[in-house]
Amino acid sequence: MLRGPGAIDLGLTVNGEAVRVHVPPRRTLLDTLRQSLGLTGSKRVCDEGTCGACTVIVDDRPVYACMTLAIACEGKHVETIEGLTKDASGEGERGLHPVQRAFIDADAFQCGFCTPGQIMSIVALLRATPSPTEDDVRRAVAGNLCRCGAYPNIVAAGVNAGRRKK
Amino acid sequence: MPRVVKSREEFEGEVYESLVLVEGSDLPQLDGAEHTQIAHARRRIDGTQRVSGHARYTQDIYLPGMLFVRVLRSPYPRARVRRIDTKKAEALPGVRGVLHRFNAPKAAFRGEDTIFREEVRFVGDEVAAIAADDEDTAAEALRLVEVDYELLPHVVDLEEAIGDMAPPLETDGNVAESATHKRGDVRKAIRDADAVIDATYRTSTQLHNSLETHGAVATWDGERLTVYESTQHVFGVRQGLRTALGLPFSKIRVICDYMGGGFGSKGGVGKYSIVASLFAMRLGRPIRCILTRDEENLAAGNRSATLQQLRLAGKDGRITAIEHTSWANAGQGKWVANPTGPTNTIYDVPNLTSKSYKVITNAGALSAFRAPGYVEGTFALESAVDELAIKMGVDPLALRRKHAGSPKDPMGGKRYSDKHLLECYRIGAKEIGWERRRSGGLRGSALYRRRGIGMATQIWGGGGGPPAYATVHVNPDGTAVVTAGTQDIGTGTRTVLAQVCADELGVDLADVDVRIGDTETPYGPISAGSITLASVGPAVRIAARDAKEQLLGAAAGVLETPKAELRLEAGMIVSKGARTRLGEILGKVDNNTVIGKGGRHPNDPDLSQRTFGAHFAEVEVDVRTGEISVEHVVAVHDIGRIVNPLTARSQVEGGVLQAVGFALTEERFLDRATGRVMNGNLENYKVPTVRDVPAKITVKFVDRPDRRANNLGVKGLGEPPIIPTAGAIANAVANATGARVRHAPLTRARVLEALAVAGARA
Repeated sequence: MLRGPGAIDLGLTVNGEAVRVHVPPRRTLLDTLRQSLGLTGSKRVCDEGTCGACTVIVDDRPVYACMTLAIACEGKHVETIEGLTKDASGEGERGLHPVQRAFIDADAFQCGFCTPGQIMSIVALLRATPSPTEDDVRRAVAGNLCRCGAYPNIVAAGVNAGRRKK
Repeated sequence: MPRVVKSREEFEGEVYESLVLVEGSDLPQLDGAEHTQIAHARRRIDGTQRVSGHARYTQDIYLPGMLFVRVLRSPYPRARVRRIDTKKAEALPGVRGVLHRFNAPKAAFRGEDTIFREEVRFVGDEVAAIAADDEDTAAEALRLVEVDYELLPHVVDLEEAIGDMAPPLETDGNVAESATHKRGDVRKAIRDADAVIDATYRTSTQLHNSLETHGAVATWDGERLTVYESTQHVFGVRQGLRTALGLPFSKIRVICDYMGGGFGSKGGVGKYSIVASLFAMRLGRPIRCILTRDEENLAAGNRSATLQQLRLAGKDGRITAIEHTSWANAGQGKWVANPTGPTNTIYDVPNLTSKSYKVITNAGALSAFRAPGYVEGTFALESAVDELAIKMGVDPLALRRKHAGSPKDPMGGKRYSDKHLLECYRIGAKEIGWERRRSGGLRGSALYRRRGIGMATQIWGGGGGPPAYATVHVNPDGTAVVTAGTQDIGTGTRTVLAQVCADELGVDLADVDVRIGDTETPYGPISAGSITLASVGPAVRIAARDAKEQLLGAAAGVLETPKAELRLEAGMIVSKGARTRLGEILGKVDNNTVIGKGGRHPNDPDLSQRTFGAHFAEVEVDVRTGEISVEHVVAVHDIGRIVNPLTARSQVEGGVLQAVGFALTEERFLDRATGRVMNGNLENYKVPTVRDVPAKITVKFVDRPDRRANNLGVKGLGEPPIIPTAGAIANAVANATGARVRHAPLTRARVLEALAVAGARA
């Protein structure tokens, strides 16, 4: 079905909930998440697929949301950093995903701007490789830049999260 | 009663004398007893917000009715803007406002009276700004603006700008002396020397590439301006907005809750903040002006490229003279960092002449970049010291040891408040295995790989000083909130301030929260110069003590026990044989909030507060490709007391990583003919990735409180770890291969070139 060029309605699942958005066909998944759905955890850093700060999971695969059109995600399952936390009402760290907890324990972030993307890359890795080696983690986050240079701790957090999940 | 006292503070390599307002007396130095929080590894108190995506950065502020601004930037390095036609742009549906030099109100910015110049002076200079309902519309409207430019002669390259053929950009020329220092008699020392080296070093322009670009969101309620801005200094932005807009301080509020990196580049107001504010005041709607990655790399600052000439003389196993001349490409900057700063102060060399020049070009203005000047200067100086040692036939570390032990600043003559540089050398040499170092390098892991070891020294400020204030509010339930006008730029400021408060107050860390990044709080300094903890920490400690004294007074009344018999520990009021929860005591006083106040007291003006350190590097060089593999970096720092060993280690690792970028891969390319940045993106500008991390990083601290620095005995750590790494790597490469690469970054091409030169000599 040909749609556009004006704004179109489309349906997708975001963090387990069915949502409908009304966006132009050229709108990226990143801008749709941030502007239409208020999910600002995924960051816009390069907007051209070179930094990984917008990484989300679509049907179990990590993708750059800035390089993915929202319309291409119709009917798909999109997971963002906001969807990892089971129960945000719980005080402090209860409800955090094991990878999120591992990041805090290993001090795997400084300014935190790349952190949601790093975490989503590692969450996707753990689904395919539950007990990753250091090199597995490096490969998983090779496309996620961290200007503060928290890489050693990010790698440690990824390995520790794998151990913790077992 | 508050009183005015003199203080002496160092900031980014310069010393400032100031008058500050203080109240009461400073606390005595933290004693050596066991502390509940200080010196313990603590996870960040804002970790949950940062890993859950809930931390709100400036970029995440979307307000109802908000308009999006895009900026039209000059495509030419130098031109006169003769005419701007915005009719077509304004006719585009969704466009709500246009600003340019013919319709914008005067707004003072960095010594000029407008933010849209008649003569644009670099590719990226602001020409016009458009506010529209959404980003796409604003971007489309930019393409419809017609500008008539009269092109003018330009120069963007540092060495070209120094030369005779360059067009003069300022009436007094392109080159201006910015700093100079002289002691002893350099000429005589060179005449009498056993060995002299004379070498030219270069460093390329480094781009900050903070992941969150510069930007602001402004709102105007008809009376008050509120600006959310990604900044290292909310009070600095407020000052800049007052200057630009003429509003009183009382009507401007600046907020920066979380920020995605600055590394020195977010020190004050930007044109984007002024543009957002002007539109907000004109249109009465929230305005968002956030730079794109491309704009970030044109117009948001950089570390100056430098050209440095060094001449060193040696005699009887010592360095007898240094002559250091530096030229730095300031672009359109109004200031320049000083690469000769470390030369003037690291070693007690008796004869020294240094000169530093600022060079104006048609490139974007420099801005401070993590230890500005010191990174560039230390690379050159420490390379030269190794070159001299090799020529003299002495061990490079042994040569440095002879000049690094002085307890006095050789430039100003003042005593250091504390100094353990020789201890840094001892620890570093042991960790890297310096005794394995051979003058011809070591065998690598393959025939075509050579291995070598090198090191370099670091000096920086980081002593901090007044003014910095804090309050500690203790709530009726016994929880506490620290309030201070500082920022957490990723260094962990919230966490260390909470530790200082919890420790002094006697409550659990979980019961302390921290509110920062808002001009509605007590004044705090810029988060730069590695001064935050040493400036704000002592004020928080005094505020916590003030609150504690009041709490013990309240407890004495409630418990009918003399105050002197009471203590506050882990949230409990402890008296002889009894423990009562603080919340229980406060619950008996009607809805009472206890407020403690603290201010930073001045530094001892007779002392120089400095940080010291040394980095050691072991590398392998593939002599076929010129590729450098950094196998091990040992970073040793003398920064006084370590408050949080966990976050301190992270700072050092991050500094080493950013330094590896400066040393090996990062350089901006400017096209000389068009003045354009050719790699203003994260694809072609090579920021280190996880694959570029050295195989091993060892972090060590001397960890002795600087008892003469401030009441916590702390100094700063943000900048020191980026300073000496490039020099250590270059020295290791020279040790491995005999090839001296005198231009950072040490790209493969430069390494191959140096190998060819070394091969031709051999």
